[in-house]
Amino acid sequence: MGPHTHLPVTLSVNGSRFPLLIEPRRTLLDALRHDLALTGTKKVCDAGDCGACTVIVDGRAVYACLLLAVDCDDRDITTIEGLAKGNALDPVQEAFIQHDAFQCGFCTSGQIMSLRALLDANPEPSDDQILRAVTGNLCRCGAYLNILKAGRLAADMQRQAAADV
Amino acid sequence: MVLSRLVGAEVRRKEDPRLITGSSTYVDDVRIPGMAYVAMVRSPHPHANIGTIDASAAKAMPGVIAVVTGDELAEYCGPLSGAAGEGGSGEQADYEEREEEAEESPPVWPIARGTVRWVGEAVAAVVAESRYQAEDAAEAVDVNYDVLPTVTDPEEAMKDGAPQLYSMVKNNIGATWNRDHGDIEAAFRDAPVVAKARIRSQRLSAVPMETRAVLATPDPLINGITVWTSTQAPHWNRNSIADGLGLPATRVRAVAPEVGGGFGVKIGAYQEDFIVAALAFKMQRPVKWIETRSENFLATNHGRDQWADVEIAAEADGRIRGLRMHVVQDLGGFPRGTDLAELTGRMSSGCYEIPALEFRSRSVYTNKMALGAYRGAGRPEAAFYVERAIDLLADAAGLDPVDVRRRNFIAPFDDGFTTASGEKYDTGDYAKALDRAMEVANYKGLRAEQVQAREEGRYLGIGLASYVEICGFGPFESATVRVEINGDVTIYTGISPHGQGQETSFAQIVGDGLGVPMEKIGVNHGDTLNTPQGNGTMGSRGLAVGGGAVVMALDKVRDRAQAIAAHLLEAAPEDIEITQGAFRVKGVPDRGVSLEEIASKAYSDSLPAEFGAGLEATEFFRPDDETFPFGTHIAVVEVVAETGVVKLVKFVSVDDCGVIISPGLVRGQVHGGIAQGIGQALLEEIVYDDSGELVTGTLNDYAIPRAFDFPAIETHHTETRTYLNPLGAKGIGEAATIGSTPAVANAVIDALEPWGITHLDVPCTPERVWRAIRDASAGTMAAD
Amino acid sequence: MFPNQFEYQRPDSVQAAAGLLAADPDAKLLAGGHSLIPAMKLRLASPSSLVDLGGIEGLVGIDAAGTIAIGAMTTYAMLRDSRELSRVLPMVTDAADNVGDPAVQARGTLGGALAHSDPAADFTAIFLALNGSVDVTGTNGTRTIGADDLFVDLFTTALQPDEIITSVSFPAPDSGTGMAYEKFRHPASGYAVVGVAAVVTTGSDGNVASARIAITGAPSKATRASESEQLLQGKKLNDESIAAAAAAAANGLDINGDHFASEEYRRHLVGVLTGRALTRAAAGM
Repeated sequence: MGPHTHLPVTLSVNGSRFPLLIEPRRTLLDALRHDLALTGTKKVCDAGDCGACTVIVDGRAVYACLLLAVDCDDRDITTIEGLAKGNALDPVQEAFIQHDAFQCGFCTSGQIMSLRALLDANPEPSDDQILRAVTGNLCRCGAYLNILKAGRLAADMQRQAAADV
Repeated sequence: MVLSRLVGAEVRRKEDPRLITGSSTYVDDVRIPGMAYVAMVRSPHPHANIGTIDASAAKAMPGVIAVVTGDELAEYCGPLSGAAGEGGSGEQADYEEREEEAEESPPVWPIARGTVRWVGEAVAAVVAESRYQAEDAAEAVDVNYDVLPTVTDPEEAMKDGAPQLYSMVKNNIGATWNRDHGDIEAAFRDAPVVAKARIRSQRLSAVPMETRAVLATPDPLINGITVWTSTQAPHWNRNSIADGLGLPATRVRAVAPEVGGGFGVKIGAYQEDFIVAALAFKMQRPVKWIETRSENFLATNHGRDQWADVEIAAEADGRIRGLRMHVVQDLGGFPRGTDLAELTGRMSSGCYEIPALEFRSRSVYTNKMALGAYRGAGRPEAAFYVERAIDLLADAAGLDPVDVRRRNFIAPFDDGFTTASGEKYDTGDYAKALDRAMEVANYKGLRAEQVQAREEGRYLGIGLASYVEICGFGPFESATVRVEINGDVTIYTGISPHGQGQETSFAQIVGDGLGVPMEKIGVNHGDTLNTPQGNGTMGSRGLAVGGGAVVMALDKVRDRAQAIAAHLLEAAPEDIEITQGAFRVKGVPDRGVSLEEIASKAYSDSLPAEFGAGLEATEFFRPDDETFPFGTHIAVVEVVAETGVVKLVKFVSVDDCGVIISPGLVRGQVHGGIAQGIGQALLEEIVYDDSGELVTGTLNDYAIPRAFDFPAIETHHTETRTYLNPLGAKGIGEAATIGSTPAVANAVIDALEPWGITHLDVPCTPERVWRAIRDASAGTMAAD
Repeated sequence: MFPNQFEYQRPDSVQAAAGLLAADPDAKLLAGGHSLIPAMKLRLASPSSLVDLGGIEGLVGIDAAGTIAIGAMTTYAMLRDSRELSRVLPMVTDAADNVGDPAVQARGTLGGALAHSDPAADFTAIFLALNGSVDVTGTNGTRTIGADDLFVDLFTTALQPDEIITSVSFPAPDSGTGMAYEKFRHPASGYAVVGVAAVVTTGSDGNVASARIAITGAPSKATRASESEQLLQGKKLNDESIAAAAAAAANGLDINGDHFASEEYRRHLVGVLTGRALTRAAAGM
């Protein structure tokens, strides 16, 4: 194998598998945005300082900008594009709309993915746990108060939906 | 006017569905076949002459298409036209006090030619097939510099013998703006109370989540280029780029697609807008540049960065006799904020009747990134100085800060009031907002709590700020309201919202006006190809000015629809009203026609000839003057004396932005404004070291508020209409930033009262607070 | 913001990984990457190859029966969520919950943190205060490095270039042990401006039998507050002895300063946080 060879990797994103041949230095974020044209995940700092590129990998919220795509072979990846089922929004998305939890929308995918990962692990989070879940997600529009409210509402909606089944 | 159903109601934002699913399109989400990528080679030196630029190694690297220097680019792209900024588009010189126009504005080339003047200034642009390749090659460009003496402190820069940034700018002073009112010497002579302080409004970075981004592509349809750019003012960019390339404006199209936050720093074309457009035009291929976060800290304009010497004289009862405010504005390395200090000066009277005022300002070039508009742009500085001065006065006179404010407020007015600084405020009732804030916050209760807490060794501080600011800048804004053939409605606006949500508020206004549900209304903005000549979204003008144009166009369209309805219903136009989604004859509700029917007739040949055809109108609204929103914010903090840590316990805002169209949007603007104001008060500061290096160049160093930093906020409003636009709305985009910084700073300083501390610079970082307490304690002990 | 090119290797054994490190002096280990990848993007680090430890079995897990053994690739999230760990070493789970944010906790590893020896890391101090040790494997075999020998300087450890931390061990605390980690968090980075980990054991006479106090953030590497430890030895742990230990905590330390927190302020914080950590440790006995 020569230096800097492109390596084969299969990304499993939102239930579909994508075989790719990429440079090792390519981050998961660039692979998603560029190679898979899944541009809902945003690049803001590209250094793990802002949370905008948060996706869920194997059940945990992680920063796509700090993961090498080659390190994601066959991991289960969920992005913002994978949340809504057809026209049915995820409860977190619905709650974000109801509580005006965003303005410019650029940090929103990351906020939502962080809360999605929280609710997957902990369906009844406290306020402190909601805030902790998004503590790495910067929002310069300052929607934090409404993000907290949306987190509470999403948890309620999810519990309600579970109870209705 | 028809019954208001949507205006003032809690409605869902029209923008939400596309933003919540990640499906919207920001510049970096746009891809054009054959697109190349640009990376900049930037100066590591704050001041240097550029020697040789050796790009041979870079040009030999894989994927590299071109490396372009400043001199090469200058062959097909001229310098940036004059500086841009809120309220400073040049057309707004409607006040006499612009005494000395900025000495000849120095030319700024898109890529530096000859000399670099700040760390991060572009010295070459690399074009390659991929972003990775472009960055690799940018690192391989070898630039020789002949380093020059550097000046980073504006006070030093004004001295004779200091390094000069521009030969035509004497002593680096790029602008001055002064104002005198009344007899200032008499005011201070024998004044019973005098207080003064040197107050810093530190350098900040706006940190929009989306960095700047430009994608330009040759566009045969207009025989020119289309430029997607993350901007607040696409028409300005279009005009500037056409100018730079020497093209007719018709051959340049600018598009601001979804924009991920601007906060002032995305007003006006930057160097990179010119570079990318020029390269795309010259190479006849699509070219994209996406600013990295590091570049954003280095090369997107910073905000604030003033020093002010403030001195206030008063009677023993707190009545103000006079105010001196001498401001030094750091302009950084090139002209972008030459009008900022002027805006500070215009607002230097605050909410108060001030018999004598002396305002001086000098704006000075230094070897750092340029200053420019950032949320508030000159007005937060003014409010901060004035509200600090009032608290200093209260301290010196031994009065409650509330009483001092109340004693000096301009009495309620509804038909203009001209201040000491020469501004004509439109309408105001400052005591009303203060009263409301005190009631909501339970101010008396808080003071009692503070006394109790001090007895327990806890240091609570209560700070308030009564601000007034200036919004709704002209010179004009535009709108087209078009009823489509099927009765749907399309609105085209010259503003360019990027998170504010005016698609929603405009749809509310037009929905009410034509009896159309919001779902049937589309709002288009940001594309110079299809929107009427506009300015953009800045200076809290979107609703007050852009909305004014919408109302004017709406009125025209409604009048015409009414005339057609009257003809169809064989009634007089004045007898037509819009109820239950149709145009009906007053008193005869079963006689009506829908907008759809009216439109189908308007676009047919079935009406009498004098009706002509079509059902749309384009209107330009030119406000007679600016609007002046106001309010009072109250912050409660607790200071941990041991470490200097400040905890924000509670925050109450009462903002009066005139008539509210969309309560949810207003709440969002207030939350965001408070967050950024808290940031300035407690967290944020752009730091350069003495050698001109940027120290706080990442989000790892530069702290902005996070979810945990946000206190419980209660937002409230009073409503004082303006007579200056059809909606009665004043603007809310910047108000809360302006009120919150002094409220929080005053609260921190109030908490430190037991140590006799009367002033502290922002940001009130833990170390700064701890140091103040320690130094004051040492002083106290020495005095004992 | 892209790293220079590098080769990517994903060995399936520690020995193979050590061999790759030995063969290429410019190779670096990837064990979470939350410090390394940003440094590579800023081109502050440009390794010729990355050796990813993620493909090696047996480097992840927590065994808290008796001596506590934690696999080097165990993430902060796993530490945070471990109930058995929270019973024996509550300071560890508590600190893991306060590292960065959930995404950092999901990827950052204990072994990675110790091998990196970042001056502002949390777990270097915790490791030192808990008197941990690391098992390392290199091409010449395995060895154990004790807490007091691991950290050499800023970003420098006693590890040889080809050595890899495979597991981290902590002695089970004796009864009568209290522990706490106090952190002054940087508002932007989330790192420790100053962090103090204190582990104190009192004997049956109620006097301090052993005290280990470690400081991070302020010095160039995690460092013990030896003078404070000695002051506490044999004393009752009370307000007075805690205050004396806190006052001495920064003595002899070479302390960093920057624009956010000067050397003088950090020195002050070392004392304050030492007092707080000892107070909480005393309460947890």
